[in-house]
Amino acid sequence: MGLFIAQLLTGLANAGALFMVASGLSLIFGVTRIVNFAHGSFYMLGAFIGYSLLQVLPGMVGFWVAMLLAAIAVGVIGVIVELLVLRPIYRAPELFQLVATFGVILVIQDLALMIWGAEDMLGPRAPGLKGIVRIMGEPVPTYDIALIVITPFVALALWYLITKTRVGILVRAATQDREMVSALGVNQSWLFTGVFFLGAALAGLGGAIQLPKGGADLLMDFNILASIFVVVVIGGMGSLPGAYLAAVLISVLNVFGVTYIPQSTLVLMFVVMAVVLMIKPYGLFGREEVAGEHGQVGEVERPFKPAGLNARLIVAAFLLVLALVPLYGSAFSMVLITDIVIFCLFAASLHFLLGIGGLVSFGHAAFFGGGAYVAALIVTYSDTPMEFALMLAPIGAAMAAVIIGWLCIRLTGVYFAMLTMAFAQLLWSLVYQWGEFTGGDDGLLNIWPSDWLNDTTVYYFLTLIIGVGGILLLRHAAHSPFGYGLRAARDSARQAEAMGIHTKRVQWVAFTFAGAMAGVAGGLFVFSKGSIFPSELEIARSFDALIVVFLGGVKTLSGGVVGGAVLETIKDFLTRFEYWRMTLGLLIIGVVILAPDGIVGSLRKASERLGITKRPEGEV
Amino acid sequence: MTEILRVEHLCKHFGAIKAVNDVSFTLNKAELLAMIGPNGAGKSTCFNMMMGQLKPTSGSVYLRGENITRMAPRVIWRKGVGRTFQITATYQSMTVVENVQVALMSHNHKIFSIRPYAHKLYRDQALGFLETVGMQDQADRHAAVLAYGDLKRLELAIALCHEPDLLLMDEPTAGMAPKERIALMQLTADIVKDRGISVLFTEHDMDVVFGHAHRIMVLNRGELIAEGTASEIRNNAYVQQVYLGGGQLYKKSEEGHVNA
Repeated sequence: MGLFIAQLLTGLANAGALFMVASGLSLIFGVTRIVNFAHGSFYMLGAFIGYSLLQVLPGMVGFWVAMLLAAIAVGVIGVIVELLVLRPIYRAPELFQLVATFGVILVIQDLALMIWGAEDMLGPRAPGLKGIVRIMGEPVPTYDIALIVITPFVALALWYLITKTRVGILVRAATQDREMVSALGVNQSWLFTGVFFLGAALAGLGGAIQLPKGGADLLMDFNILASIFVVVVIGGMGSLPGAYLAAVLISVLNVFGVTYIPQSTLVLMFVVMAVVLMIKPYGLFGREEVAGEHGQVGEVERPFKPAGLNARLIVAAFLLVLALVPLYGSAFSMVLITDIVIFCLFAASLHFLLGIGGLVSFGHAAFFGGGAYVAALIVTYSDTPMEFALMLAPIGAAMAAVIIGWLCIRLTGVYFAMLTMAFAQLLWSLVYQWGEFTGGDDGLLNIWPSDWLNDTTVYYFLTLIIGVGGILLLRHAAHSPFGYGLRAARDSARQAEAMGIHTKRVQWVAFTFAGAMAGVAGGLFVFSKGSIFPSELEIARSFDALIVVFLGGVKTLSGGVVGGAVLETIKDFLTRFEYWRMTLGLLIIGVVILAPDGIVGSLRKASERLGITKRPEGEV
Repeated sequence: MTEILRVEHLCKHFGAIKAVNDVSFTLNKAELLAMIGPNGAGKSTCFNMMMGQLKPTSGSVYLRGENITRMAPRVIWRKGVGRTFQITATYQSMTVVENVQVALMSHNHKIFSIRPYAHKLYRDQALGFLETVGMQDQADRHAAVLAYGDLKRLELAIALCHEPDLLLMDEPTAGMAPKERIALMQLTADIVKDRGISVLFTEHDMDVVFGHAHRIMVLNRGELIAEGTASEIRNNAYVQQVYLGGGQLYKKSEEGHVNA
């Protein structure tokens, strides 16, 4: 009993930081509709800045002043990010801003590395709260008790601010209808900035107060990201009591999980989330999201036609150049192009889902890594020939997509995105923690192609044929009646249903198709590398594809492929340098600000402005 | 006269509010039936229940004698019912003719085909429907740049695609200029005559209603208060009261509730 209570208290204490970070994310999303990927980075900065402040501020008063100052400092950083990075792109297509926040993650990662170094920092214990209390014989740190007491006060203060003050009323009004609020004479941009300050400060506070428990390290940003998304979604977007309840639920479950079922701690959180969303699709306290109720931001997609003769000739010539690379290129360039083609296919499959279908998936890596693992596991355990394993990769990925799609498709918008991410994380944690079967963190090694393919040049051709074939198949599908049905479901589900189209089924099939194509890419990937690790399933991999699709141009047909090729090439070049993340991050932010229509979209506009191509009448 | 649509005791209650209360009527072949009433009378709610977008609290809808209550909109559509929306719903990323082509693809069960090129599929047929509504010269324009009245006409073309027996039009002329309204309704009346389609429509413009409807129903506060020909409705004292003042939209006893 004593142990039980002690663990309950630990869970409650852990919920403190989680709640603060998650409520910040929820606030920012509610008002600005920006999914702030950089929120984990704000949390990390809070920890590092808090750590530095504690070096100069001694004593009990100093400790708490340092906590507050860390929060304010991170809040100011949030404001800087909002002013410099996000404000120029509020008119961009919905969710485009998340690409910019991804750039911010990269920049902050390298900045933290420069300033604080690569070593993990152990947080100092809080003065005056260093001891332990014995509860029924079990030791509980005094600091935990303090956190349990403090968190509800922070929650209450926040609740008061949101529900009882004028600022709070504006924030809530903006959550429901931004345009109306600005029509009533409220300066929307400063409201956004203010909310960013508050949200970031909360994340910073969360990072700082967990210092005595967890310290500060450079992996904190991504490590907490999944948890806070889970908390926000379980609680219901924009609901403070929901976020608190969910934070407690997740933290307590985690503590008990570590004790009783240590091999499933990572899975647990996502299982809970999946179960909650299946029973209450909009979270415990969430309100239904009606697709499009916040208005379409940015311009509408243009109609498209199959490429004309000229474009086809250019593509054919380009493919010929690629096919002849073995004649004049080095082995290294072939390996690089193999990587790029595989990544382009992966990106193109997500683009089909996202661009044509309007289904924003945050967990597409599940099918890329899933396909790769299917092939790798089959080769490892059953001595299956590589050719057969390569075929099983998309089939395995498609089967996963059928199940995950069936569970996710009922939701729309950001809830759909979150649920796909949860399932991807579920797969990742399964692979990661089921070590005896999947190799866990050590991955699966020695997954080489058959002898006749085990040559860089031959494998290069195989990748080129399958990869380009896959991309063309996706493109064909976009021009098919199925592609039109998918666009119809995206443009107006109401009209599509009223003309006999089963929109959810169309989207489900599209989800499966895109999953299968990602599986093809995954299969090619594993045999080109000879090994596979859980990192191919993680959030960062899903984000890679997402970033590329937006960067290439989500409202163009070739955005995914072009974005994939450009980013993968740049990445290959940049990773040779020490601070490549910062460079890449700044580059991404730069592209986002200068080319809000993506690379392809902005090139198209530029060529129309210069009169190289004709602008259709009525378009802007 | 053949009966196409029969509605029996249709009700929709939202908590204590009776948005639609015990509405019954029939619609015959090739008839143009108007449903009128002040804002909040329950017209759109009625429409949404007939087309399956909304589940009724009680009551039934019969299409050619078959009970279609609670069926999904897409199932009802396949049984030969077309509809246009009060707020237009078109595919903004496509051209005008492609909007119609998608409806034809759906009608011919081609939506799950992945054989390109869809933009050639049923194009001539789609152009024919556009010609019916006078939109053929705008066929290749981007639907997103159309004027509102043209969007309404495009919706009509889409709704005609699967040769429906019944057309439900929710405020077909809302947001259009007076001249356009008459023209669109004249067009609809001609189509009804040519093809023997039955039409049920709601409308606020009394010129349109009295000029074209064969029969008129008046809805007020969720209940059917009158039904008859144009002249019968015009001379109905209660309808006059509801429309021209003197009558309150809500009964005194309900005011407190409504204001709360």
